[in-house]
Amino acid sequence: MAKKKISFPQFGNYCIPFEYLLTNILNVDYIIPPPTTKRTLELGSMHSPDFVCAPFKYQLGGYIEALELGADVLFQVGGVCRLCYYGELHERILRDLGYKFEFINFSELDIYSPIDVYNKFKKYNSKLSAPAIATKLLICIEMVKMMDEMENFIRENVGFEVNNGSFDNIYNEFLEHVRKVKSKKELKKLYSIYYKKLKDNEVMKPKKPLKVGLVGEYYTIMEPFSNHFMEKELAKKGMVVTRTMNISNTVFWLGREKELKKKVKGYLKYDIGATGIDTISEALELAKKKYDGIIHIKSFGCTPEIDAMPVLQNISNDYKIPILYFSFDTQTSETGIKTRLEAFYDMITMRKEKNK
Amino acid sequence: MIKAYLGVDIGSISTKGVILDENNKILASKYIWTEGNPIGAVKNLINELETQIDINKIKIVSIGTTGSARKLIGVVLNASVVKNEITAHAIGTTSIYPDVRTIFEIGGQDSKIILIEDGIVVDYAMNTLCAAGTGSFLSSQAKRLGLEIEELGDIALKSKKPTNIAARCTVFAESDLVHKAQIGHKKEDIVAGLCKAVVTNYLNNIGKGKKIVSPIVFQGGVSKNIGVIKAFEDITGQKVLVDPNSHLMGAIGVAILARKSGQEIEFDFNVKNIEFTTRGVECHKCANNCEIICIYRGKYLIDAWGNKCDNGAIPIKNH
Repeated sequence: MAKKKISFPQFGNYCIPFEYLLTNILNVDYIIPPPTTKRTLELGSMHSPDFVCAPFKYQLGGYIEALELGADVLFQVGGVCRLCYYGELHERILRDLGYKFEFINFSELDIYSPIDVYNKFKKYNSKLSAPAIATKLLICIEMVKMMDEMENFIRENVGFEVNNGSFDNIYNEFLEHVRKVKSKKELKKLYSIYYKKLKDNEVMKPKKPLKVGLVGEYYTIMEPFSNHFMEKELAKKGMVVTRTMNISNTVFWLGREKELKKKVKGYLKYDIGATGIDTISEALELAKKKYDGIIHIKSFGCTPEIDAMPVLQNISNDYKIPILYFSFDTQTSETGIKTRLEAFYDMITMRKEKNK
Repeated sequence: MIKAYLGVDIGSISTKGVILDENNKILASKYIWTEGNPIGAVKNLINELETQIDINKIKIVSIGTTGSARKLIGVVLNASVVKNEITAHAIGTTSIYPDVRTIFEIGGQDSKIILIEDGIVVDYAMNTLCAAGTGSFLSSQAKRLGLEIEELGDIALKSKKPTNIAARCTVFAESDLVHKAQIGHKKEDIVAGLCKAVVTNYLNNIGKGKKIVSPIVFQGGVSKNIGVIKAFEDITGQKVLVDPNSHLMGAIGVAILARKSGQEIEFDFNVKNIEFTTRGVECHKCANNCEIICIYRGKYLIDAWGNKCDNGAIPIKNH
């Protein structure tokens, strides 16, 4: 029997650990979908309900592009908002379009229950033993954490690099190698080599650079195409860019909800769904650290993030920190976004000069 | 010879230009329609401005551009400063009202609020996905009612009981307006309701959560509508100032920024006779198919943009 080809739509650089985990523990190949482009969005929007959020459309487009490359098993990781219903809908739309594939919907299982997960994936079973699977899983988790850490470092420094593209080059090299690691030891070695390379990369950073933090909805903040490469745009203007939202700080953070609730005390009493509480906690943290500004990113119509906005206003008033709000749907014109970002940059620059 | 600074604000609907001297005094100004042709509009503008000054006594040494076509016109005019309209408006307004705290701005397609403390922008917001409650909405509704946009304000003032018109969304507002007209609401009440709807929409969307402190200055094309000014004053309960040059604030601001840049570039009014053309090409180097716009002066390529990555970069030679 031919090997199954499994795939998941593009999501930041996370396709690399996904590929690592699945190809190592299952008897499958992994199809990395092409990078998200206008075509992905067009394909996705064409077959999506108009009012569904943009991440749904991007993912649907991503599935179609993966199917075109020969994928025959798709999975949907689901989520903690409407996203947990998206799997069924994606599957139905793709079947109606006539594609043949198997679909694994994480919403139908408890990802924290090993037995549940095992049963679902049994069919694509490898001959690996349970301890071997656990080892690979741990490597994958470690890999994600390392990537998150390195990307955090890059975001804060790439705006000041002396040689254009040097950070990206180092990081891409790391990603290329990391796909082939065999053991945790090898992974750690690779990490220390490349983290050092990043740290040694030449930068020209002023003593007190402008600092801006990004907060907002899970998908749109992490898939760069869907936020018009905002992190890059900001860095290009010579700013430290901080974004706390990533897999390490959500899925891997055990006890997250309890701790977050403690952090947002005085601003929020209840969980408002999805990453709304993360947004508020992160914004509060940035405000306390005296960042120059915050940018809130969400897909158009994202209810938890809309609920977070009045609280962000309170934080903005209390800490006198400006917050710029962006809603993204399927528009691809950048003029409006650039105007707002430019004005934001001018504003925080002038504020900083005044407060000197 | 007096040194002068040209500021051009090219919006979606109108194109504004001012020539300032070194003390921010207006030497010439003009307001014309863009009519979907920013390059043509700017040539007309330059032509008009030229007739207002004595070019043997006044020499333009620096140019600034702002508004949604700022980049294109910046290239055409060889501007020293190309600035977003939020910063330009704030600079322009504070030059005339140094103690302003809140700027309401409603233009053809954009609306924004700018909050200022000690002459510095401390917060702002701008409409995002839709153009509800902006000038283009008012002008299309004026047309529907068979009125000229310039008349709306005075007609609204006649109303004693403004009709309630749904303000959330332009499409809803439009059907609401049609229904109310058909059941016999008076025209002046509908117009007054329309002005009120623009203000409620503005305050609920752009102004949401922002602390509105006076002095308030209202500007942009819609500030010429006295009905909207009155609605703003009624709803906020505060005095709303409108400068006679409220439509020129962006142009004034960017002319000041051009002066402050210290960068002097020779300018020739003859630019109005040079042919500028643009050409759109699709890149095709990846699935993004970026549409790249190339700008030509005569037959020479002078600038190009629209590419998302370096693969689509077009090298520009100096001519």
